[in-house]
Amino acid sequence: MTAVAEIKRTPLNAVHRNLGGRMVDFGGWDMPVQYPAGTVEEHLRTRRAAGLFDVSHMGEIDVRGADAIAFVNSITSNDVSKLVDGQAQYSALTTPEGTVIDDLLVYRFSADHLLLVVNAGTTEKDWAWIKSHHKNEAVELENVSADYCQLAIQGPRALEILQPLTDLPLSEIKYYHFAEGTVDGIEAIVSRTGYTGEDGFEVYAAADMAERIWQKLLDAGKYGSDDGVLPCGLAARNTLRLEAGMALYGHEIDESTTLLEANLGWICKLNKGEFVGSDRLAKQKEEGVRRRLVGFEVKERGIARDEHEVLINGERVGKVTSGSPAPYLKKNIGMAYVPTEFANEGQQIQIDVRGKLVGAEIVKTPFYKREKN
Amino acid sequence: MANIPEDLHYSKDHEWVRVDGNVAVVGITDYAQDSLGDVVYVELPKPGEKFAANESFGSVESVKAVSEVFSPVSGEIAEANDSLTDAPEKVNTDPYGDGWMIRVKMSAPGEVDSLLTAAEYEDFTKGDTE
Repeated sequence: MTAVAEIKRTPLNAVHRNLGGRMVDFGGWDMPVQYPAGTVEEHLRTRRAAGLFDVSHMGEIDVRGADAIAFVNSITSNDVSKLVDGQAQYSALTTPEGTVIDDLLVYRFSADHLLLVVNAGTTEKDWAWIKSHHKNEAVELENVSADYCQLAIQGPRALEILQPLTDLPLSEIKYYHFAEGTVDGIEAIVSRTGYTGEDGFEVYAAADMAERIWQKLLDAGKYGSDDGVLPCGLAARNTLRLEAGMALYGHEIDESTTLLEANLGWICKLNKGEFVGSDRLAKQKEEGVRRRLVGFEVKERGIARDEHEVLINGERVGKVTSGSPAPYLKKNIGMAYVPTEFANEGQQIQIDVRGKLVGAEIVKTPFYKREKN
Repeated sequence: MANIPEDLHYSKDHEWVRVDGNVAVVGITDYAQDSLGDVVYVELPKPGEKFAANESFGSVESVKAVSEVFSPVSGEIAEANDSLTDAPEKVNTDPYGDGWMIRVKMSAPGEVDSLLTAAEYEDFTKGDTE
């Protein structure tokens, strides 16, 4: 018997189609890769005004009970005990080898209630992994992915667009913090987080309210006007996060890369006590990593793409994890793993672009950093 | 609805051909540029290079994807549209005009007869979307 995986749809599927979204299969989800404005315009509008993203495909796992913090701390790399109520944290689920099951956000509602937000394509794997580590701890785990919609409003105008719709004083929510309140009268969690390198918010609400909140945000953001909000597809989400130097699971990080190799030592709190893979990560930290993730800028004509090989001094030494034109920076950029000895700014490298060697240079990441006001 | 001019010949790889004596002007169709999205990079051959029919002569890249472009006819490159290096967006805005890619001196002009007519190409693209 062959099981045919059913394509999954977010509550906004019909809305995307009505907006002219070009739908693609993304890790088993039927998602818009772009709308008629096109990836470049969606990207630029997010940098200059605001973009609206349906990220309802992301998974949510509820963790409740007296041991919630201790349990999550034992399976993730960042230090959950440092969170206060209303704070969120970027972290990773690690393997015993110190490689990455998934990257995630950990939200703390209270000392006995956390919410884990994980990647769409890995939700089932994560859920099984997390359950398999549950022994005697006093926690209740629930996969609540289908209960939530998640909309991201990102860009310099995000706050002014969302503010009239909510009773929460948005300017008081600090980066990587969240608050519970209402959006258009609907119960919601409003989190000052995102995946674009811009200021912005992610709104979690009941799945059946997705369409209403989406439409309100488009209206409030004057969708249709030249500097209004634009709905953005997965392609713009990818180029925005790449310019901002953020890792994408399955590209920069996966079960073959360790957090230290991926420059994610900052979410790897080896002093907090044991967690899955912490011994291996401590050993790797002591011995030093053999390869490291770097950002590069293509200096000659050509566009580096995922999986292209990287050459240094004529030797094939690594692969591009993400490569793309960067619409705001107007450069061709990418990230790649290279041996640690070469992982320095200014190092000249070559990318094998379908048989043609194209010159590139290792540069500092993030490629793009917004000006803070 | 994609624009498909009556007077051109079309390939199943979504290139168009305009016959000008023994020279074929080649580009990609409106349907192709729309599927591709914003074109940000075009790689074209140099004059004098020779290609057989259905051989790849270059590539067109959008933010998201790379597409090879195939010469619908055999022959030698007489001229490439080098203005696309600095203005690749012309492939999107004027695919049958300023967005042309190469002029080929045909070595077998009869090949044009085996290409699709506008009506045939329209049917073909409809099948493509189903």
